[in-house]
Amino acid sequence: MIHSHSARSVSSESEIGILLQVFAFAGGPISDSSMITIPYLTALSTYFSYGLLFAFGQFRDFFRKIFDWWNASNLQGYAPICLGLEDFYIRRLYLRIQDCFGRPICSPPDAWFDVVERVSNDNNKTLNGTTKVSRCLNLGSYNYLGFAASDEYCTPRVIESLKRFSASTCSTRVDGGTTTLHSELEVCVANFVGKPAAIVFGMGYVTNSAILPVLIGKGGLIISDSLNHNSIVNGARGSGSTIRIFQHNTPSHLEKVLREHIAEGQPRTHRPWKKIIVVVEGIYSMEGELCQLPEIVEICKKYKAYVYLDEAHSIGAVGRSGRGVCELLGVDTADVEIMMGTFTKSFGSCGGYIAGSKELIEYLKYNCPAHLYATSISPPAAQQIISSIKVILGVDGSSRGAQKLAQIRENSNFFRSELQKMGFEVLGDNDSPVMPIMLYNPAKIPAFSRECLKRKVAVVTVAFPATPLLLARARICISAAHSRDDLIKALEVISEVGDLVGIKYFPAEPNKEQLEANRVKLE
Amino acid sequence: MDSTVSILANVVGATSDWVRSVFEFQFARAVIFEVNIGGHLFVEGLLLVVILFLLSQKSYKPPKRPLTKKEIDELCEEWAPEPLIPSITDEMKREPPVLESAAGPHTIVNGKDVVNFTSANYLGLLGSQELLETCTTALEKYGVGSCGPRGFYGTIDVHLDCEARIAKFLGTPDSILYSYGLSTMFSAIPAFCKKGDVVIADEGVHWGIQNGLQLSRSTIIYFKHNNMESLQNTLEKVTQENKQARKLRRYIVVEAVYQNSGKIAPLDEIIKLKEKYRFRVLLDESNSIGVLGSSGRGLTEHCKVPSDKIDIITAAMGHALATEGGFCTGNARVIDHQRLSSSGYVFSASLPPYLASATIKAIDIVEEKPELLVKLRQNIAMLTKGLSDIKGLEIVSDPVSPIIFLALKQSTGSSKGDLQVLEDIADHVLKEDGVFIVTSKRSTLDKCKLPVGIRLFVSAAHSESDLVKASESLKRATASLLPAHD
Repeated sequence: MIHSHSARSVSSESEIGILLQVFAFAGGPISDSSMITIPYLTALSTYFSYGLLFAFGQFRDFFRKIFDWWNASNLQGYAPICLGLEDFYIRRLYLRIQDCFGRPICSPPDAWFDVVERVSNDNNKTLNGTTKVSRCLNLGSYNYLGFAASDEYCTPRVIESLKRFSASTCSTRVDGGTTTLHSELEVCVANFVGKPAAIVFGMGYVTNSAILPVLIGKGGLIISDSLNHNSIVNGARGSGSTIRIFQHNTPSHLEKVLREHIAEGQPRTHRPWKKIIVVVEGIYSMEGELCQLPEIVEICKKYKAYVYLDEAHSIGAVGRSGRGVCELLGVDTADVEIMMGTFTKSFGSCGGYIAGSKELIEYLKYNCPAHLYATSISPPAAQQIISSIKVILGVDGSSRGAQKLAQIRENSNFFRSELQKMGFEVLGDNDSPVMPIMLYNPAKIPAFSRECLKRKVAVVTVAFPATPLLLARARICISAAHSRDDLIKALEVISEVGDLVGIKYFPAEPNKEQLEANRVKLE
Repeated sequence: MDSTVSILANVVGATSDWVRSVFEFQFARAVIFEVNIGGHLFVEGLLLVVILFLLSQKSYKPPKRPLTKKEIDELCEEWAPEPLIPSITDEMKREPPVLESAAGPHTIVNGKDVVNFTSANYLGLLGSQELLETCTTALEKYGVGSCGPRGFYGTIDVHLDCEARIAKFLGTPDSILYSYGLSTMFSAIPAFCKKGDVVIADEGVHWGIQNGLQLSRSTIIYFKHNNMESLQNTLEKVTQENKQARKLRRYIVVEAVYQNSGKIAPLDEIIKLKEKYRFRVLLDESNSIGVLGSSGRGLTEHCKVPSDKIDIITAAMGHALATEGGFCTGNARVIDHQRLSSSGYVFSASLPPYLASATIKAIDIVEEKPELLVKLRQNIAMLTKGLSDIKGLEIVSDPVSPIIFLALKQSTGSSKGDLQVLEDIADHVLKEDGVFIVTSKRSTLDKCKLPVGIRLFVSAAHSESDLVKASESLKRATASLLPAHD
């Protein structure tokens, strides 16, 4: 799941609106959130680059329009399927660098994987896969605990379940799509996250977007973190309730918003709100930050708001026994009314869950459209989740789970501190396996991605629509499957490419030997 | 009294003196550019200044007093939220039967072998040895999940192969895979329909489409379920009323086989209307791919309409293809646009690779074994015939629909009551005869107002005796449970 930095603005406004917004800001110092401040010169050059791309794109569009005018008779009275500037960004900016995204692989997304090489004969407009592959170090997949590849414990059980239950039930959960495996999975997940009951769905995105409308509707208020994932944004919108934003991960602002809105009541009628749900994420995948959950839970308790916690990136990945941010930050799960998470990441499967009180889950099972109308989660995928949770908890009789958890923590902290020492602008908190490296300049996105790939390191670069146009970044996802040698190789490559591309925005920290050498001199 | 008069006289006198003095002011009687500036002009000038001054003043407003901290504290203290969920009733506690084996034509519920009519496994591919082998190979090669969205190394070669295979099968230029059937429509619709666009949709469409329409913020107009006259009137009205309509994007959204009624959309008529009024068509073929048409290519083949007449076709793969996920197919521009604009595609992990492999295999089977389609059709015809004279219920679905939809002939008056009666019938046949059927349950979020009913998903894998058993059992159940009438 890509976490959208400003999914709200991205999806609510036309792309061109955002482009213009960017230009309108030009000149002033920019700080999108408290975390990110762009150096003045970088900001200026970034604006300039986008300005140039925009102008050139418009120039090309001008000729395209003339060309289209000749062909206008093709449309025969239909409005074009993409009106005006709706797809300007895709045609004129994204296509130039589209080889950096959606690179196909032909192996499991493990620590190392095979990336299919692609060629383009028409200036990147279409990319054709070749038969050549290159074995690359994978710093892009959400394979936090290394369950993506086949696993000695999980895979045989998954195949056994496939044989017993087939790949699909072709039915919804309320009809004939609940097998014993599904019941077992729900119990297993509820125990794992520390809630009385759970409900599972076949897709993480649907979990968010179909649950929120069930819980809250007209007359309700959803207070959402400004950087919440697009699925939450869609769910909130689909619910028909009022939506307000609080500054990303800022409990004090949340309190301010809560006070203001409880005092004001509903807009126009000023009736009191029916209920208020505060939606936050455990780890923000585009920022790598941990949620300030203890403070937020405290505030929500004080103001009687319900907490909805999306643990898509944190469940399984952080905490002493992998139970997510609640365990890591010492929050009692009883204080979080709705716990949501996905199985795509740490568990190497697919789908999502909601965990909560027994009554909540009963109600959801009765009323949630995704439970009533969607095909139930594929049985082998369900088995993968059950088995991987067993490994994490050590129920399989080995200590592999604990080792994996120790490994991901160690790997993440090592990699983050090394990157920071090199002078990269790395976002996020310690212990988080997600670490974005800021690139800013649009030209640096393909440069960084391509140069790393040339050196056999596959990284994810994130640009619009997953982040605001200005705050392009590369994002590293660390896995427990990475060995120390893998990480050292990756650091060497990233450092080299970082110098080449010019993204070490901070002075490098002298390493220990140099420091010691200096000290010797002083003496 | 006298003194008052004298004061008044004094005031009047003083004022008239003042006015006189103003009139005799040094500018008075001046001649500027041959205009005689009389004293009155001067006074009028002053008045004008006063009027302008007054006009420029804001009207009186009571001073705004923001709530004090203490007041806000009190309000926050007083505010009592509703509980997160309403109190649980008995009907909410209802648990569906739990299957102890694969959801094939026969399955095990409570340790008992039952005939399964709840699984949209139309061609009987569920549990097919070939599919299982394909899945096993893929699971061993790729693992289970893809651990990433399509944009970020979540594109696995089988996804691309699968997209190409679907496009080839349906004879469309390109297609795009979604990781869940339900998300296909509710992502694809907002990618194309934006605020201001006009969407005409059937009132019977399923929740996935309803949600997509709501998220698109377009102007949505529903027409009567599967009623072409109503569609035409709506189209006529929209085009007539809105002179701007020609400049807007206009869509008709229909399902091939309606999940909520089993009716089949008359695509040839829709195409005629679409071309007349210049609308684009979005068609959901979830229950028709692999079912309708001489070679299972869906409604387009069934109605002999070239697939390029339909602008956007979507389908969930958890039905006849017996896998999971969904796809959208159409021309290259339609597909490419979704790759960056469709939220369920961009912001979600991709389809597990073994399901993509299974889809490829399933399509191969559909092409290789046309006899499955023949068998399915025979089974549909047979069960329809078997149920045609059932008491108290009537078949509302299309005779060739793989979903046989039975609605109550006489409603109890509320859909809740109807559902209860139907649930009782379903429970009865499961308990007594081991025939597993289900009612069409609805979420309160679902805006579909069509009558509820019993849905039987017919499969090519059902044997003759299964079908006989089902119809006989249902007849017995209705005879004993439904009040005698007619």
